[in-house]
Amino acid sequence: MSKATAAIVGSGNIGTDLMYKLLRSESIEPRWMVGIDPGSPGLKRAAAEGLDASAEGVDRLLSRRERPDLVFEATSARVHRENAPRYEALGIRAVDLTPAALGPAVVPAVNLGAHLDAPNVSLVTCGGQATIPIVHAVSRVTEVAYAEIVASVASPSAGPGTRANIDEFTIATRHGIERIGGAARGKAIIILNPAEPPMIMRDTVFCAIPADADREAITASIKEVTAEVASYVPGYRLRAAPQFDDPAPVGGGSPPQFDGPAPVGGGLARVAVFLEVEGAGDYLPPYSGNLDIMTAAATRVGEGFARRVLARRATA
Amino acid sequence: MPYSADLDVRVTDSSLRDGSHAKQHRFTVGDVRAVVGALDAAGVPVIEVSHGDGLGGSSFNYGFSLTPEQELIRAAVETAERARIAFLMLPGLGVLDDIREAAGNGAAVCRIATHCTEADISVQHFGLARDLGLETVGFLMMAHSRPPEVLAKQARIMADAGCQCVYVVDSAGALILEQTGDRVAALVAELGSDAQVGFHGHENLGLGVANSVIAVRSGAVQIDGSTRRFGAGAGNTPVEAFAAVAEKLGIRTGIDVPKIIDAAEDVVRPVMDGECLLDRLSLTMGYAGVYSSFLKHADRQAARYGVSGTEILLEAGRRNLVGGQEDQLIEIAVALAEK
Repeated sequence: MSKATAAIVGSGNIGTDLMYKLLRSESIEPRWMVGIDPGSPGLKRAAAEGLDASAEGVDRLLSRRERPDLVFEATSARVHRENAPRYEALGIRAVDLTPAALGPAVVPAVNLGAHLDAPNVSLVTCGGQATIPIVHAVSRVTEVAYAEIVASVASPSAGPGTRANIDEFTIATRHGIERIGGAARGKAIIILNPAEPPMIMRDTVFCAIPADADREAITASIKEVTAEVASYVPGYRLRAAPQFDDPAPVGGGSPPQFDGPAPVGGGLARVAVFLEVEGAGDYLPPYSGNLDIMTAAATRVGEGFARRVLARRATA
Repeated sequence: MPYSADLDVRVTDSSLRDGSHAKQHRFTVGDVRAVVGALDAAGVPVIEVSHGDGLGGSSFNYGFSLTPEQELIRAAVETAERARIAFLMLPGLGVLDDIREAAGNGAAVCRIATHCTEADISVQHFGLARDLGLETVGFLMMAHSRPPEVLAKQARIMADAGCQCVYVVDSAGALILEQTGDRVAALVAELGSDAQVGFHGHENLGLGVANSVIAVRSGAVQIDGSTRRFGAGAGNTPVEAFAAVAEKLGIRTGIDVPKIIDAAEDVVRPVMDGECLLDRLSLTMGYAGVYSSFLKHADRQAARYGVSGTEILLEAGRRNLVGGQEDQLIEIAVALAEK
């Protein structure tokens, strides 16, 4: 079977981990890795795996006669904003792992099919990849007036980009919870935990649901979506059964009264879902499930793109 | 070096912020007006007001606010005649727009908190706060969990980002005397004249005032407390007791001791649901080094799942949970219930 060709732009941890996943793909052939640092361990590993590895940046990649069908951008938001128009002008599909958010946001378990013809898609954030499927699982069963996620990641797995732009992380994840997850309002919280040995990524999803929502149907939907995500992120799992809490009695507990422009009245029940995301350990250590879920999602999206590219080639 | 020509130490009262935990985030505008009025009249120079977990804290994870915190901040600013109003924010939870809104509502001091190894997530927030003309304070939370030299390096990151005073924050109430002094001294040595050093204590091992005095002797010029201990865990360093002790030691705080003693009894206590106690759970927190704000959450999940609150907190300690991971207490309770 022929494969779509791909270039990985960015030879850091993410790009390197992604390479190992793409090397296993049945529909993508990672042929190039592009970096800017000749001493980068990622480029050495790419060369060892038989990729065309170059430290001369995207200029050289895009000036060649033979161009990739797909690029995976694993640089930074700033670099991707510069590169994206050049990819598009050359008809190269881009899967963006940076927070640039130029193209439509994709969470494979939820909306991959909707954006297979987009020239550029964005992968939201790691917290979004882990939690939006669960919000979607609930919102396809019942109305979700408000969804909140808490993503806890090991400190060593949060790179300088995330640290310098933590606001962008929370805001992009919140938008994803609303627009892709289907919650009327969203909130995202990220926690960095420096425990040694490093903790495996944990995510909690809280959804406000009607008091009379069908809890069995919600649980079944959550389990189904969890299995779907686990089909491309094998270490994605529930830590406990979904937990349901009745609406807090008026004047006691914490009735849902919300700050902000779209308050939700009291009288709502809550479902809480506890997740763990363990990485596959392709290159990054297994605790960094937050990074693994990004490279796994990128691979899944890239394979969707590859099928389109190959189908078009077959009919051409 | 004293805090200023008039004060050796500047005290910030946190009862309307850390006390929000004990109150389960259910302050009214009336509560805020009463407490700010009394503390201001007693000469407390800075009063912190926000959700217990800072701006944007109103949530399933930490508890929803009864009154939007920006309304509480506005009420505090309107009430205070002399005191500056401060707010807390935690990057990853609150966002830059929350800081802008609080500044627009008249708050003057922006306090930005991170876990004590993660100072670099606060850089963009300190930058904005300074651009807005706010006074800045940095919180290195769970300071008991790292040695002085690690804290000093993290303090440097905050100071370089525009933080004017970095606090050693004993979130778990776990620091003991010299451990406090060594940490404060390490920050003073690192920061020199680039930024001041502060100390925020809790009562989980009964050492709030003693640790604060040692902090001052080690060079801290800002001290946090909560009148009537109205705070998280066993409560915060009691401002009225610290002010009294400071006066006896010749440390100038500017606080009128008889007036703050009255304010604690007549104004703050009636706002509280109950006294903040050094009981089994809060002592366990200090003993196991667990984040003080987990107290009410552990209590609630213990009742919800019929398990021991002490066991929840000990497991939280074993897992090295940091501030903000209240969600994990539910998961711990579920696991204990299944045992």
